[in-house]
Amino acid sequence: MKRRFYSTFAVALVLCLALLAGCAGQPAKPTEPSGSEAPVPSESESVKPDDGVKATIKLGGIGPLTGGAAVYGIAAANGAKIAVDEINALGGIQFELNFQDDEHDAEKSVNAYNVLKDWGMQILVGTVTTTPGIAVSAEAFEDRIFALTPSASSPAVVEGKDNVFQMCFTDPNQGIASAQYIQDKNLATKVAIIYNNADAYSTGIYEKFVSEAKAKNLEVVSTTTFTDDTANDFSVQLTEAQKAGADLIFLPIYYQPASLILAQAKAMNYEPTFFGVDGMDGILTMENFDTALAEGVMLLTPFVADATDEKTVSFVKKYDELYGEVPNQFAADGYDVVYALYEALKDSDVTADTSASELCDLLIGTFTSDSFVFNGLTGENMTWSKSGEVAKAPKGMVIENGVYVGMD
Amino acid sequence: MDFLSYLISGISLGSIYAIIALGYTMVYGIAKMLNFAHGDVIMVGGYMSFMATTHFGWPPLLSVLFAMAVCTLLGIVIEQLAYKPLRSAPALAVLITAIGVSYFLQNAALLIWSANPKSFSSVVFLEALRLFDGRLIISGTTIVTIIVCLVIILILNTIVNKTKVGRAMRAVSEDKDAAQLMGVNVNKTISITFAIGSALAAIAGVLLCSAYPILMPTTGAMPGIKAFTAAVFGGIGSIPGAFLGGILLGIIEILGKAYISTQLSDAIVFAVLIIILLVKPTGLLGKKVLVKV
Repeated sequence: MKRRFYSTFAVALVLCLALLAGCAGQPAKPTEPSGSEAPVPSESESVKPDDGVKATIKLGGIGPLTGGAAVYGIAAANGAKIAVDEINALGGIQFELNFQDDEHDAEKSVNAYNVLKDWGMQILVGTVTTTPGIAVSAEAFEDRIFALTPSASSPAVVEGKDNVFQMCFTDPNQGIASAQYIQDKNLATKVAIIYNNADAYSTGIYEKFVSEAKAKNLEVVSTTTFTDDTANDFSVQLTEAQKAGADLIFLPIYYQPASLILAQAKAMNYEPTFFGVDGMDGILTMENFDTALAEGVMLLTPFVADATDEKTVSFVKKYDELYGEVPNQFAADGYDVVYALYEALKDSDVTADTSASELCDLLIGTFTSDSFVFNGLTGENMTWSKSGEVAKAPKGMVIENGVYVGMD
Repeated sequence: MDFLSYLISGISLGSIYAIIALGYTMVYGIAKMLNFAHGDVIMVGGYMSFMATTHFGWPPLLSVLFAMAVCTLLGIVIEQLAYKPLRSAPALAVLITAIGVSYFLQNAALLIWSANPKSFSSVVFLEALRLFDGRLIISGTTIVTIIVCLVIILILNTIVNKTKVGRAMRAVSEDKDAAQLMGVNVNKTISITFAIGSALAAIAGVLLCSAYPILMPTTGAMPGIKAFTAAVFGGIGSIPGAFLGGILLGIIEILGKAYISTQLSDAIVFAVLIIILLVKPTGLLGKKVLVKV
């Protein structure tokens, strides 16, 4: 019996390996940076300082590298890695990046944070997603470690913490900006909203959108919700919007459910304007997605991979060479975070021995000073308020023939 | 008209739950274990069909057969590796193992196909049925799913009630030890059950992704849980019960969303489940089992 078990085990193992090998040997899939190890920059890769002449600052990164939200974490980690390599090649301040996985889970995120603290992290790059971000930023505040998150966009991440800053818009800003944009451009008279009421990101944008819409006399005729558990069937939500006569549907949600909403609206022959926020970014890069479904979808986003400015072109090219993908907004956020830290530190006299709390005070001073203005991939002339929120202008985009086109 | 249209949405969602629930109920009914990895075998089936059509350029029907073959093999391997060594272990150990297998499959899929969602092209090319000047639309996928569901029920019933293997299955379900004494090969019978259950999972995966065309490593997880609920609702172990439970669950979910609140749809579904279980503890069509001491 026992022997038979081992032999079956061996056969199964061979089968598993064959399966894995078969898949790994697929002809050049565009989504190669798949697993956990490939995109994670490891300690050994970074440049060692030459005898303390140049300071090596230890950056700790946290984000989901596996799990359902991995697409954001991997992108942010890759973007940050590119920036670190570029900066280290310049020869000034050196960065060492250690990026840890949190699976988009608050508890695991705090664990990752503790791992990084033991490693000697001096500045935190993270977290990538909001829910873990709220937990980890509280820890960083306690420990006086400066944190700049690429994309955790809820105000709760920075609220009441003087040393936590955001690279992305806060959710309320997206909601307010969307309502203003729709009203200013006369995009609609009657608006329907479908949002994920189990998600802090979605709910945050929704609330501000509604209050701004009210102030602007933009009529919201239908508000329906879903949760991650019911993100399959949207027929009820769409039927209600259609019955209410909505000519624009505002979708403050991520692109996965949005892609289903687009498909189901088409099956119903319902063709309103769809208006998304930065979570919609990524819909065009979904493998095998019929981009005709997204024709005419509008969104506000800080980063467009098709932009023709030199910085974006070079970043997109480099990213594609290294990871075989078109970078999304999260990759650009990760890249910008590292560069913003570099800009803030390059003229200071920090060394590898500068403690995290000294760095923290220094960076708080720089980020909130009036003279600190950062130009990055995700916006020009960015400034930060004392509360840690960034001020930058969103760009309105519309999808035409499968690519983003600026609306302004 | 709205009501009819919501009802059809409900049936369409329910038919997907039903087809997944069939796999759950089949394995539970015979092997007396909850195979929580069922939802993830569904996901593997979806990916297999996706790869076959998109990467190898195979025709849809062939891709379904390919998915079924791979899933059947996977089901047998899982059973041999994870469940068979635990045949005489307590039910709880097997349950935890099943959850472990579920996580294993999800993470393996994450490694192989990455977390980036893929858009599934439907394998169903049946035109949608438009009634009352197009005010009522029944999608081709819904029609196909319901027909496939009914066909599967017929086939399963025939296998279980009319064949020799089926008789062995019923014997194992009744009493494993006694069946062994009577010369039934219990291990082989359970393996066959898993093979059939996994083949069903492949079909369910393809239809799930055809109806809701998004494919991620977690695609099977939530529908799996809902379908499990449906199987309990209809009476776990009962094949027609799984169908009835699935359809009802879908209808309740959609009507609850439409007429009560989109925020409460899941709460309503589970409230109904609790009420049903209070009145009929074995589910709608579940058998009442007398335990003799």
